[in-house]
Amino acid sequence: MNENEPFIRFDWIANNVDEIGQRLSEHVLMVVASVLIGFVVSFGLALVARRFPRSYGSILAVTGTIYAIPSLALFVLLIPLTGLSVTTGVVALVLYTLLILFRNIVTALEGVPPDVIEAANGMGYGPAQRFWRVELPIALPIVVAGLRIATVTTIGLVTITTFIGLGGLGYLIINSGTRRFFPTSIYVGVLLCVLLAVLADIGLLWLQRRLTPWAQARQG
Amino acid sequence: MELFGEGIAWLANPGNWTDPRNGILLRLWEHISLSVTSLLVAALLALPLGLWIGHRGRGGAAVIGIANIGRAVPSVGWLGIVFPITLALFGRDGLGFLPALIALVALAIPPMVTNTYAGLREVDRDLIEAGRGMGMREMQLLRRLEVPAALPVILAGVRISAVQTVATATLASIVGGGTLGEFIVQGIFVRALDRVVGAAILVAGLAILTELIFSLIQRRAVSPGLRGRSALSLAEPGHVGPPVGGSAV
Repeated sequence: MNENEPFIRFDWIANNVDEIGQRLSEHVLMVVASVLIGFVVSFGLALVARRFPRSYGSILAVTGTIYAIPSLALFVLLIPLTGLSVTTGVVALVLYTLLILFRNIVTALEGVPPDVIEAANGMGYGPAQRFWRVELPIALPIVVAGLRIATVTTIGLVTITTFIGLGGLGYLIINSGTRRFFPTSIYVGVLLCVLLAVLADIGLLWLQRRLTPWAQARQG
Repeated sequence: MELFGEGIAWLANPGNWTDPRNGILLRLWEHISLSVTSLLVAALLALPLGLWIGHRGRGGAAVIGIANIGRAVPSVGWLGIVFPITLALFGRDGLGFLPALIALVALAIPPMVTNTYAGLREVDRDLIEAGRGMGMREMQLLRRLEVPAALPVILAGVRISAVQTVATATLASIVGGGTLGEFIVQGIFVRALDRVVGAAILVAGLAILTELIFSLIQRRAVSPGLRGRSALSLAEPGHVGPPVGGSAV
């Protein structure tokens, strides 16, 4: 970086709006795909853990160990299996969501008060109907809390996929920023990441409130 | 799949370990010393802050709010934010260890602050009132009641920070900080995938080892008086910010 390079060059931002928008949309797509797939897989795992309570510990141990693996290492270790592709990126990102989502879904479902379940049984709900119409709605706030953490985490992790040739905002931070000693690109990338995380978090909170109107009513 | 074999072959070659300028031993040393220094500096800043706001019970929301916004900054983002500043301030010295250290410290602080705060807040209020009634001073309350009761949650925060630090140290190589990430980042650049995969195996092992060591410490730190009580909630408190979900951002 030359000495006179300013931290922010607004002309560069103005000239590269298209490129920045492109990276942003790549980023969002990878986040949405990973969190959605991660949620479906975690939900499945949570149902397994409910059915076979003894599997809970092992699922937690495996997902916890995966969670500890540094993202760059995990992306790289998947290359022999899935190559330098979007699949590699999404598979790794999905794996990272599992610990957070699985644990929150299980905790949420366990937190449903037993008398509520009794009441539902008394009203003649079958197990499946009771699950979808009573237990899941009550568990929803904690499930969404998990989704919020998983989403914010994933927004950060997507940046690392640029090392395996994928784009996203990590491209702005690392490839066109740090590697070329160009601060403007770094700061644009980081700022958009933070904004994205804040917006996603607020959006999911809003969704949760919309889906559980009774919680608001009770709070007055 | 043969790439795994190539990675392991790369690891098995003693010459790759001992090269004085770019050997595995050198990079491993850089990785560990950077991680340990960062974690220590972060702990010195974060733990007193967390204890202070946790004990007082005020100012918590503001600090936690800042910590959560900090969490939204991607790990590589911290490196990117810091190094143009250190470069402008210190010239060549502003590359390498220094920006990596600052970035890793910034990254390691939030989990320790939030967990220490949450741990202290979860301590039974009756316990503290009882302590006060027995004539304990504020420092005594903190040292003899609050910290022992909150220790598992506090140490969970330390564990999260430690694992995250070891993981992110890998990225320090993009600002000239060396570490095992050097083999991965440079290796991808020159398409030397054997050392990329070999180093990734090492890095993953190092992170999992860190997780295991700190989980062990955490498990042993449960105050004898609290052992056996609510084993479930002590097993994994606050890994993702207590209570489940916390209030990210």
